[in-house]
Amino acid sequence: MDARIRSFLARAIATLAALAWALPALADGSAVLGPEVLIENPGHCIAPAQEMRRNHPDMLKHQRDITVHAGTRGARVSLNACIACHANRSNGSVLGSSRNFCQGCHEFAAVRLDCFECHQSVPDKPGAAATPLAMNRP
Amino acid sequence: MSQDPAPSSAARRAALAAGAAATGGALLAPGLRLVQVAQARSTGEGADPGVRWGMLIDTDRCAKGCSRCVDACASENGFASGIDLRQRPQWIRKIEIKEVRTGREASLPMMCQHCAQPPCVDVCPTGASFKRADGIVLVDRHACIGCRYCVMACPYQARSFVHEPVTGQKPDVPRGKGTVEGCTFCVHKIDRGASPACVQACADEGHRAMVFGDLNDPHSEIAQRLRAEASKAVRPDLALDPGVRYQGI
Repeated sequence: MDARIRSFLARAIATLAALAWALPALADGSAVLGPEVLIENPGHCIAPAQEMRRNHPDMLKHQRDITVHAGTRGARVSLNACIACHANRSNGSVLGSSRNFCQGCHEFAAVRLDCFECHQSVPDKPGAAATPLAMNRP
Repeated sequence: MSQDPAPSSAARRAALAAGAAATGGALLAPGLRLVQVAQARSTGEGADPGVRWGMLIDTDRCAKGCSRCVDACASENGFASGIDLRQRPQWIRKIEIKEVRTGREASLPMMCQHCAQPPCVDVCPTGASFKRADGIVLVDRHACIGCRYCVMACPYQARSFVHEPVTGQKPDVPRGKGTVEGCTFCVHKIDRGASPACVQACADEGHRAMVFGDLNDPHSEIAQRLRAEASKAVRPDLALDPGVRYQGI
């Protein structure tokens, strides 16, 4: 009996010690589980980050039908505008490493990224990243 | 997506479109017409159903051996060189023809004829091959499964299939392996109010063999010339009403 209580206490202390070591790391946000994606132009997106994270596939899918079939240009949602703003300055692309915007997140979530089998992952004019909403306008 | 197999509804639509174009072509001020304003569309506006884009090619002005239009197409639409000749995308190609009895020769560019009754759209099992409101026949590669029925159906051999993975595409012209593609009339340029790359290159070269414009606008150069001068559709027997017309063949 004593031996079992002793063993339980030892395990409880070990668990508490581990938690005490881990908590500060969790609290400062740096160890939160997630991809480490480099965001080049923070705070300029067309919608709040949470909404973009959840809904960007639907937004793009909806828009592509409007653009291709109806011929509507210069829409708020545009893959070219995403790429123009989110391309890494180092290699000028949204792909390339696990810190690049599209590849980083899709790698982490293990979701296959089909867009770039046809679409270009590099903006037309490097440096046009500052004015993403002006894309596609005459 | 919009296809009207019934000739009566197509005729009615043509009449409506002509009416719309006539109203749109009203003169606002000398040199400024409503339809010109409409051609440079504002942001968020779709393709204009009152417009029908077309091309007139004068084979007498088209120089034998000149392939500036083909080169301009390749650079505008981002075809990488070094692809095997048999698999190279062929949105536009030059053809030399000769009348056997008279020996008269002509040279002409051949591309998607942007038919009003496109057979490629009729046969497409997924709706990927479609005609836009302004008459441009396109492939929606998001829906294309690469079955190549359209390649077989097109009497002008205007569609190509992408066999190899593609890199270095132009941002405005996405292209990818496993899908069919063809001349888009440089739709990304038209939507900005510019002319297709081939037409521009031909004019830059000084030949001016290709004229591009709105067939429904009675004041456009193409409509005026089609009214005044003789022109032919290729394979008129098929009654596909192509948007590309030729002179001198």
